[in-house]
Amino acid sequence: MLKIEHAYWLIALFLAGAALLNLRQRRWSHAAFWGVLAALIAGGKLVLEASDAHHPLPAQLAGVGVIALAALSPRMTRGHLVERDESEREADARRLGHRLFGPALLIPLVTLVVALFGAYFVVGGVHLFGKTRMTLTGLALSCVVALVAALWVTRARPAAGLAEGRRLLDTLGWAALLPLTLAALGGVFAATGVGTAVADLVRMLIPVDSALACVIAFGLGMVLFTVIMGNAFAAFPVLMAGIGIPLLIQLHGANPAILGALGMVTGYCGTLFTPMAANFNIVPVALLELPNQNDVIRAQWKTGALLLVVNLALMYFLIFRF
Amino acid sequence: MTVLLHWLPLLGVLVVIAGFALRFNPVPVVVAAGIVSGLAAGKPIGDILALLGNSFVSERALLLFVLTLPAIGVLERAGLREHVRNWIATLRGLTFSRLLIVYLATRQILAMLGLYDVAGHAQTVRPLLAPMAEGAVEKRGKPLDTKERNDVRAFSAATDNIGRFFGEDVFIALGAVLLIQGFYAQHGIELEPLRIALWALPTAVAAFIIHAIRTVLFGRRLARSGRNGAADQASD
Repeated sequence: MLKIEHAYWLIALFLAGAALLNLRQRRWSHAAFWGVLAALIAGGKLVLEASDAHHPLPAQLAGVGVIALAALSPRMTRGHLVERDESEREADARRLGHRLFGPALLIPLVTLVVALFGAYFVVGGVHLFGKTRMTLTGLALSCVVALVAALWVTRARPAAGLAEGRRLLDTLGWAALLPLTLAALGGVFAATGVGTAVADLVRMLIPVDSALACVIAFGLGMVLFTVIMGNAFAAFPVLMAGIGIPLLIQLHGANPAILGALGMVTGYCGTLFTPMAANFNIVPVALLELPNQNDVIRAQWKTGALLLVVNLALMYFLIFRF
Repeated sequence: MTVLLHWLPLLGVLVVIAGFALRFNPVPVVVAAGIVSGLAAGKPIGDILALLGNSFVSERALLLFVLTLPAIGVLERAGLREHVRNWIATLRGLTFSRLLIVYLATRQILAMLGLYDVAGHAQTVRPLLAPMAEGAVEKRGKPLDTKERNDVRAFSAATDNIGRFFGEDVFIALGAVLLIQGFYAQHGIELEPLRIALWALPTAVAAFIIHAIRTVLFGRRLARSGRNGAADQASD
């Protein structure tokens, strides 16, 4: 059975390969960075199982690994790695034409098939795909299928897969890591009571008798907290417990279903403003080789701001009416 | 003393804000913020390390996108991006705005069905959407300058984000809606997931309309700069 754990092994393998290539070229920091990350991904399950059994040592070692990665990050300069000549690429493009699309489209297509029909693939009474995170397992599988197809179509040597993958990985550099580090920060913030402190702060600042003030404080609080945490899911329980349930639902009689739905999407507007939402706003900057870290945010903040106004209006006019 | 302990963990938030404002490398800033708020909450260093390590590895699915890189890299080496641009140039009816609006709608609908990992910055934006968008703009007859090229790429990434976020919220079986339902259930309010998801629909529609309009305006600006550029060249 294919499980999400296999995908993690595959990631660790790829990262270790990238570390090895960097080691051979004496790019020590890059080699160490990808090497430590590979170890963390490969040992992830072990760490979590040990923690469940109340053995803190593996998790503490992982924590040390995270700190080592943070120390190495500033050294992960985005030195441009040698790419193939543009004229050679252009010539290949003319020769291969639409055949190049096939492997690229296999990634979304195979993922789609596994996501929709993965549960029905049964061989000899055994499910081919594990139930948890089936779409992501499908994504990992689709990447392997696409790589094989890409090597076949372009007649490249298998080693090219690792070499080209590593070129893109080094282009990403520390940006690849930021989403994980931020998720870790979210865990620490939640465990140290940062959320309740923020909610208390908001409640101290507004006149709670005014329904409008509560709506605005709730909406802007969702945005602010999402901007700080980089994730609306982290903001939701905090603001709901601090403002949503006691003030809007219990005091002013808001409809919980509408408040929940609109509160969450208001938080999503905040995701469009913040570098903390790294996998959406910083990773693409690196992937698209944009010059400024905030280029993607600059392209989308106006949509987010207009949508925020729409959401606050919808909230005020709908939650007290149904 | 207890009052102080209640507010002290907010120092971690301050570290994040200051670090981003001063444009330090974000990774050490974020890790430092975690350590600061852990210390401020009075946790021993061993607990902080374990908390950091546990939270980090339990989110390792966030790194799955790197698996797309070998396949995409091999195709790029064989000229995928060049081919996409050349091909788009031959499609007469496909403008920049039409391309991005169709992508936005497709992304929203796929996300509403729970298929939000089907597309993404590594899977579709870098290899396909961004080169397509560049090719579509260049049909105006003048090549993109560096700034315009960056703007077009950033806008493509933004479109992917907006399509994903404001489609996902309507999907009932996973993520946002279940989080909302679960939270209410813990607080004694029982709701049907479908009732929550439906109320996210107006926002999904508003997001589509707002971003589609912005796309059309941006497309026009690019086309106009192309015409002016062509006129400049003619008068030279």
